[in-house]
Amino acid sequence: MSEPVTGISRDDVVHLAGLARIDLSEAELDHLAAELPAILDHVASVQQAAGDDVPAMSHPVPVDNVFREDVVRPSLAPEEALAAAPASDQQRFLVPKILGED
Amino acid sequence: MTDLTRKTADELAQSLAAGDVSSVEVTQALVDRIGAVDGEIHAYLHVDAEGALASAADVDARRAKGEQLSYLAGVPIAVKDVLATKGVPTTCGSKILEGWIPPYDATVTARIKAAGLPILGKTNMDEFAMGSSTEHSAYGPTRNPWDTTRIPGGSGGGSAAAVAAFEAPLAIGTDTGGSIRQPGALTGTVGVKPTYGGVSRYGLVAMASSLDQAGPVTRTVLDAALLHELIAGHDPMDSTSIPDAVPPVVAAARRADVQGLRIGIVKELGGEGFQPGVQTRFDEAVALLTAAGAEVVEVSIPSLEYALGAYYLVMPSEASSNLAKFDAMRYGVRVPPAGVDDPSAEQVMASSREAGFGDEVKRRIILGTYALSSGYYDAYYGSAQKVRTILSRDFAKAFADVDVLVSPTSPTTAYPLGEKLDDPLAMYLGDVATIPANLVGIPGLSLPVGLADEDGLPVGLQFLAPQKADDRLYNAAAALERMLEEKWGGALLSRAPELEVAR
Repeated sequence: MSEPVTGISRDDVVHLAGLARIDLSEAELDHLAAELPAILDHVASVQQAAGDDVPAMSHPVPVDNVFREDVVRPSLAPEEALAAAPASDQQRFLVPKILGED
Repeated sequence: MTDLTRKTADELAQSLAAGDVSSVEVTQALVDRIGAVDGEIHAYLHVDAEGALASAADVDARRAKGEQLSYLAGVPIAVKDVLATKGVPTTCGSKILEGWIPPYDATVTARIKAAGLPILGKTNMDEFAMGSSTEHSAYGPTRNPWDTTRIPGGSGGGSAAAVAAFEAPLAIGTDTGGSIRQPGALTGTVGVKPTYGGVSRYGLVAMASSLDQAGPVTRTVLDAALLHELIAGHDPMDSTSIPDAVPPVVAAARRADVQGLRIGIVKELGGEGFQPGVQTRFDEAVALLTAAGAEVVEVSIPSLEYALGAYYLVMPSEASSNLAKFDAMRYGVRVPPAGVDDPSAEQVMASSREAGFGDEVKRRIILGTYALSSGYYDAYYGSAQKVRTILSRDFAKAFADVDVLVSPTSPTTAYPLGEKLDDPLAMYLGDVATIPANLVGIPGLSLPVGLADEDGLPVGLQFLAPQKADDRLYNAAAALERMLEEKWGGALLSRAPELEVAR
């Protein structure tokens, strides 16, 4: 495999893991820091494919915003929606603290 | 009586309608087969024998009452574990969803149930459909029934192996970059990725929403068409579902006539980098099509050079976004960080995702996060989206000249388990022929066309057609299937090795 030219350091991977909300072990960070530049190097050719005159296509078929009538329909009962929750209390999802840091 | 597990879905449907056999008998035969061989193959993550037999008994009772039933009513089916099944575990091959029981059915699942097909269970897959070998399942790999030391292909290896090992006549797969067609090719089964939006994605746990598509995995082209017609059609629950009528795929599969059909061989998808035995079987199949009256020409799609790169940017970008919902708050496993008193939601999220996701999923989430991050978005994700436009124009140009395109489905036959586990780039290259169809939303079908001389393993030929022209695939593939079976004196799968049967 040719030498990667894309700049992405181990610190960058640490930053990305933070953005993606995944704790990575030291070994995983080492591994990804070695692999990602090679993968990015491989896919970087897309930058040569098209000029500014080519529109980006986000979807294979034209997508319109779809609105439905605002009518009440049957939905999951609270106990069904909560059945798979790691923790719940009084018909609510029980989550760890989300405020009060810093 | 012929072994019920070896009958095609169409044969079973006819036997059921004629009253020669009951759905309970068929379902029991398949449950027994799963019990006998699945220890070796590991096609299933969860077998729902009780549910399948109850549904079979219900169909038998309704048939006895003279009720009008769907054509495939009573024919059992396996479903990839990425589709929600109410009351039956759905894990997407991931530890993060271990033990999750969906409170609702995917539209595909609901249509299967409404048509009276007993669901045998959920099939193994690469975690969240990320992988080309089914070695990235958190629950262990599936093995190829042709050679159990080899991969069955991925990510739908479980569905393909279940069909190839006679553990189900029909299965549902999903295809984001080839995950129905590539395992189809590697196991000697028929795999179809319908036109994007042709089959509802409601209840399909998303990897890359603009690429994912559910479709049939079967042993014959007609069976695939019958299943396609059953699951396809507009769904108001999916905003990208096509409102048009379903193409007449069953009629096309029964027509099976390529006289005068214009077929384009995609120059860029063949030759160098393709295993000689794969190329030979492909060339022979094309010769058969020519002999049957098809007009075969070579077609060039220059932008294919960039397709793999575009795919490996679009797919992880969408995956990183879609998998953000696995945050350990409302469902899935919650793993608090070790040694932290009173952790915050953010810390619990990060430690749960570390514990719940496997290597390939982490790799793609980080890659996608990078491609979408400020400063890199235009260079990577934006450029990849432009490649889709160019590719789409190139395909439109090609389809102005020909009715269908053909290529080998996969550059190689099935490789040994573990061979590419530490080399993601090498694994990604295996999808080079299937990925373009997902980027531009066109339908594709993989048909078994023989065994490679060098290793005796199945080879697939891929047909591609323009958007919404899925029927063209079925017509051409059924014609080729008929000629090949005449040449072989039977179905390819009848030549698969007998599996070790557990007593």
